[in-house]
Amino acid sequence: MFTRRLFLGAISAAALLASGFSASSQDKMYIALISKGFQHQFWQAVKAGADKAAAELGVEVTFEGPDNETMVDRQIDMLSAALAKKPAAIGFAALDSQAAIPLLKQADEAGIPIIAFDSGVDSDIPTATAATDNLAAAALAADKMAELIGGSGKVAIVAHDQTSRTGIDRVEGFQKQVEEKYPDIEIVTVQYGGGDHLKSTEITKSILQANPDLKGIFGANEGSAIGVVNGVREMNRTDVVVIGYDSGAQQKQAIKDGLMAGAITQNPVGIGYETVKAAVAAAKGEPVQKEIDTGFYYYDKNNIDDPEIAAVLYD
Amino acid sequence: MSTVEAAPRPRLAARLFASGAHQRLLAFASLIILLVGFSLASPNFMQMSNIIAILQATSVNGVLAVAATLVIITGGIDLSVGTLMTFCAVIAGVVLTYWGMPMPLGILAAVAAGALCGLTSGTFIAKMKIPPFIATLGMMLMLKGLSLVISGTRPIYFNDTPGFTEIASGSVIGAVIPALPVPNGVLILFLVAIGASYILGRTVLGRYTFALGSNEEAVRLSGVNVDAWKMAVYALAGGICGIAGLLIASRLNSAQPALGLGYELEAIAAVVIGGTSLAGGRGTILGTLIGALIMSVLTNGLRILSVTQEWQTVVTGAIIILAVYIDMMRRRRTV
Repeated sequence: MFTRRLFLGAISAAALLASGFSASSQDKMYIALISKGFQHQFWQAVKAGADKAAAELGVEVTFEGPDNETMVDRQIDMLSAALAKKPAAIGFAALDSQAAIPLLKQADEAGIPIIAFDSGVDSDIPTATAATDNLAAAALAADKMAELIGGSGKVAIVAHDQTSRTGIDRVEGFQKQVEEKYPDIEIVTVQYGGGDHLKSTEITKSILQANPDLKGIFGANEGSAIGVVNGVREMNRTDVVVIGYDSGAQQKQAIKDGLMAGAITQNPVGIGYETVKAAVAAAKGEPVQKEIDTGFYYYDKNNIDDPEIAAVLYD
Repeated sequence: MSTVEAAPRPRLAARLFASGAHQRLLAFASLIILLVGFSLASPNFMQMSNIIAILQATSVNGVLAVAATLVIITGGIDLSVGTLMTFCAVIAGVVLTYWGMPMPLGILAAVAAGALCGLTSGTFIAKMKIPPFIATLGMMLMLKGLSLVISGTRPIYFNDTPGFTEIASGSVIGAVIPALPVPNGVLILFLVAIGASYILGRTVLGRYTFALGSNEEAVRLSGVNVDAWKMAVYALAGGICGIAGLLIASRLNSAQPALGLGYELEAIAAVVIGGTSLAGGRGTILGTLIGALIMSVLTNGLRILSVTQEWQTVVTGAIIILAVYIDMMRRRRTV
């Protein structure tokens, strides 16, 4: 009995393995991308950019990331599995720079070039970094907020988390710009909803409850921004100016409907594309620009359909 | 063929293989099949560096799973193992980095904090009669919040404590046998497993752990202080989570305060794959160890084969169901 079961198990395992084969042909140059996330539309857009570059340049690319941005150790495991596959180059979006350094050194010693993407790594090992300047992007959000609320009043921030680089930079970028340029604007609170739509909705509702005279809210990533829109709608406070971050179908719709004034968008497709391009160049020993600024834009109802903006938005 | 209520065995070999050699054999066979299958499928799989990567990936989940096994054998559950691990890592960070104390004190503080939190959960369950699921769910959330509060929501780095990364990433074995650079984290996992096996098999605490899971009422009626023993099991599990906290902090050279949610379910998955019954009264540490290895071999192997991530998750879920189903079929036949 046991042996038959085991045999069947072995066959199904073998079938699985065989399906894995199709994904890895041997002769092409192989590049492993380890991202910070996987499920969110933002990361899927990065992946789409990476796949596009892979098709154009004739290389094989894999794309992986942990379930959420707190799982630092899971990302390290992914990086070490990627190293075992002996890639020509690695693209890496570090959740925590320091934690990954031993493995990055190992890659460096093995002669595998590393391209940092989305956020930098505090080390000189990466050949290049392809990322958005989040501090500057959040400062632009603060400028737009000030413009829309008339330069004075109370605003709040709903962000995704307190520990990731993007979470820290976007909150700090916004806060600093307000402190330096808009003395009449007061940031009453910064709350964190883990990028979760529902949690961010509840947070927004309680902020509005506590501050009836609130004029604006900045949602620091896609999930936070959608939560803010939901909260504002449920509380019937559509007079509040909402500025979001990134895109996605829901956020785009909110901007078209006028629930959201506008949002900052990074260029995720460009991040993925530039990362793979730089990785291929580095693997071939060609010169690579050290800092690749992938850019950001502010978009609203008026320019959402401009070709330049539409190209970097994702659904 | 298999002893349902595993009586403690006197000898080491018998103890490790207690409660049905078949089941151990089955889980072990699955592990071997996975190893052979992946090795045949990719030349990059069966390499020393990758095997060590797999073992290292197992170390934290393995230690958490050992802690969860103890609690599950009593018929309880501990949902707080993941965030407790993080909490202990943060405590170590506070003691070592913020207060600048010597390393042994940081280690002691982490394990003591774990045991204390475990004791607190145990008190909620034994004295206040809160169901284990709820008590440890509450504990899980409290600890997640406290980790963020104590750390000021930022990772705490251990750069001022030279040698801290050696706890998990150094290699005592590699220093003696250079060809076998097994990281200390893996060694610690095995030591924790041997220790927990010893406690389960050779001590009064172990005997009562099984007895509580089999028939708590009977134990109570025979005049045993059930509450005290239950609290002791949770405290022990908590202390083991403290060790996991040290391992993860050492490996990441930092205490990451937001990490930890979700780790409890992976630990519980390893426990059930290893044949421990969620109903309590039955289970072994060796089974859990194999369960944890199956999980990480599977994850690593699928990655090596470049299986896309969405399918990796599907396959992992299916394997958990399959493993538990096979185990149940076997028991239905033999009991």
